[in-house]
Amino acid sequence: MSRDYRTVASLASIHRMTNAIETQELAKSFGTTRALDGIDLTVREGSVYGLLGPNGAGKTTAIRILTTLIKADSGRAIVGGLDVAREPGAVRRKVGLTGQYASVDEDLTGTENLVLVGRLLGLSWSEARRRGTELLEAFALSDAAARQVRTYSGGMRRRLDIAASLVIVPAILFLDEPTTGLDPRARNQVWDLVRRIANEGTTVLLTTQYLDEADRLAERLAVIDHGKVIAEGTSRELKASVGANAVHVRLADATQGDAAREAITRVLGDGIMPASDPMMISARLTSTAQAADVLTSLAQAGVDVAEFSVGTPSLDEVFLALTGKPSKSATEEVER
Amino acid sequence: MRETDGLGDVRGVLRAGERPAPPSAFSAVLTHAWRAMLKIKHVPFQLFDVVVTPIMFTLLFTYIFGGALAGTPREYIQYLLPGVLVQTIVFITVYTGVGLNTDIQKGLYDRFRSLPMWQPSPLFGALLGDVFRYSLAGSIIILIGFIIGFRPGGGIFGVVVALGLILVFSFALSWLWIIVGMLMKTPETVMTMSFVFLMPLTFASDIFVRLETMPGWLQAGVGRNPVTLLARAARGLMHGNVVMSDVWWVLLASAAITAISVPIAMRLYYRER
Repeated sequence: MSRDYRTVASLASIHRMTNAIETQELAKSFGTTRALDGIDLTVREGSVYGLLGPNGAGKTTAIRILTTLIKADSGRAIVGGLDVAREPGAVRRKVGLTGQYASVDEDLTGTENLVLVGRLLGLSWSEARRRGTELLEAFALSDAAARQVRTYSGGMRRRLDIAASLVIVPAILFLDEPTTGLDPRARNQVWDLVRRIANEGTTVLLTTQYLDEADRLAERLAVIDHGKVIAEGTSRELKASVGANAVHVRLADATQGDAAREAITRVLGDGIMPASDPMMISARLTSTAQAADVLTSLAQAGVDVAEFSVGTPSLDEVFLALTGKPSKSATEEVER
Repeated sequence: MRETDGLGDVRGVLRAGERPAPPSAFSAVLTHAWRAMLKIKHVPFQLFDVVVTPIMFTLLFTYIFGGALAGTPREYIQYLLPGVLVQTIVFITVYTGVGLNTDIQKGLYDRFRSLPMWQPSPLFGALLGDVFRYSLAGSIIILIGFIIGFRPGGGIFGVVVALGLILVFSFALSWLWIIVGMLMKTPETVMTMSFVFLMPLTFASDIFVRLETMPGWLQAGVGRNPVTLLARAARGLMHGNVVMSDVWWVLLASAAITAISVPIAMRLYYRER
C-alpha cells in the first residue's frame, strides 16, 4: 500500500520534471468577453512551443496568466511545477517575460535598463553591471550601450527587451509576439536568438500571428481562436490534418484568376481551397498524378503561371481550413 | 557556432546561472529611485519645463504688478516667493501620475510585476525620486528669488522648514496622482486632469494677492483651500512669523489625503490590467 503510494508520487515528480507548462481548462473573461474559453496546453521542458492565432484570440491573456500578471477565472495552470494561483511569487522566480510592446525604459541607456532589471532580480550593482555588459555584447548592442533607448531601432529595442528577460536566464521564457513590427533582417536575428536560447535548455513559449514564424521555431504549436485551442500538434501534423497533398499555383497575371480556377476545377472538381492572396491558388489533390493534368489544363486555357508546386498545404491554408478566415499575415499581404 | 547577422557569441551567456536571492523591499525601492534620478539626468528639460513657467510668473508679477500690489516690487517679492514655491511644486506633482501612466502604457509595469521583488516598490521608488525632483525645482525657485531681492526674515532655517512642509503636502498629493495615473488611458488625459484640478486649487488661493483684498464670499472658500493654508504657513516660516495652527492644518490635510488615497492606490495597483 505504502509502496503504491510512493510509485504514484515518483511518477508525479517525473511528470512534473518533463513538462514546463501544463494548463487544464484555463478560462478568463473580461466583462462579457470570454478571452480564454478552457485551454489545455502541455509544453515539454526545453522545447519551443508556439501559440498561434489572430489578434484577440487570447494568446496574450494566456501568457499573462502563466506569468502571474492576472488570475484565471477557472482552471489550473502549472508553470515549472508550481501552481500559478497558489505560488505566484515562486513562479516569478522561474519565468522571464518579454511583453508585446518593448518593455524597456526609453529614457535610460541600454546598460542602465539591464542594470535596473539585474538589481530588481537581486544582483549587486557590480554583478548587474557586469551581466549587463556581457548581454549587450552577446546581443550586438555594445556600441549602443551608453545611448538612450529612444535612439534605438525597432530591432535593437526588441533585442534589448529580450536581453532584459535573460539577465538571470529563466527556466521558462515567455515571448509575446517577439517579432511583430520588425523588418525581415531584425526578425531573423530574433529567430536566431530564440533558437540559441532554447539550445541552452530554456523552455520558450512564444505567441505569434506569423505562420512562418511558428513553422520555423516551434516544435509544437497550438492554434488558438476565440479563446479555444482549435488544433494542436507539430506543424507537420497540423498540415497533414488538413489534407494530404496540394498543388500551389502562383499566377503571373492577376486578371487570369477566374480562367485559372476554371481550368483547375475542370481537372479536380471541387478541390480549390479558399485563399487570401489573389495571385495564389491552392487546390487539394487526391493523387500526385493529378498535378500534371492541372498544369496541362492551365496551359490549354492560356493561363500564365509564375510558379507551380506540389506539397503539403501551407500553415496559411491550415489556418483557413481550421478557422474559416485568413490569418493576419495573409490579410496583411493582401492589403499591401 | 554559426554567427549570423552580427549577433555575438551567446554561448555561456545564455546558460541558466545561479539565481540570486530576491532583493529586499528597501533595495528594490532604492533601485526604482535610482531609475527616477537617471530620468532627471537624461531628460533635464522636463525639470527645466516645470520651473520656467513659475520663474516667468515671478518676474511678471513682481515687476509689473508688484508696485501696484505691495507698493514696490521688492516688497511684493517677499510676499510672492513662498507662494510661487508652493504653486511650482504642487504643479509638478502631476508628473507622478504622468510618469506612472506612461510606464504602464509602455508595458514596463508588466515586466516589473513579473519580477520577484516587493511588488509596490516601483511606486515608492518613483515617489522618492519625485520628492528629489520637487526639492531640486524648489531650490531653483528659491535661488532665483534670492537673486531678485527675496530676503526671508526667518533665515535659511525657516526656508528649509518651509520647503520641508511643502514636500510633505506634495508627497500626499502625489498619491492622488498615482490614482489618476492608474485610472486614465493616456498620459495626455492625466495632464488634462491637472488643469481641471490644479488650476483652481492654486489660483483660488492667496498665492498672488492677500486674502483681505477678495470679496467676502470668495474669502470663505479661498481661506479654506489647503493651498492657501500651505502658502500662508510657508510665508510665515520663511519670514519668522508663522502661525502654528496653519502648519498643523497643512499636516492634517496631508495626513488625510494620504490616509484616503494610499489604500485606493494600492487596490488599483494590484487590480488586473
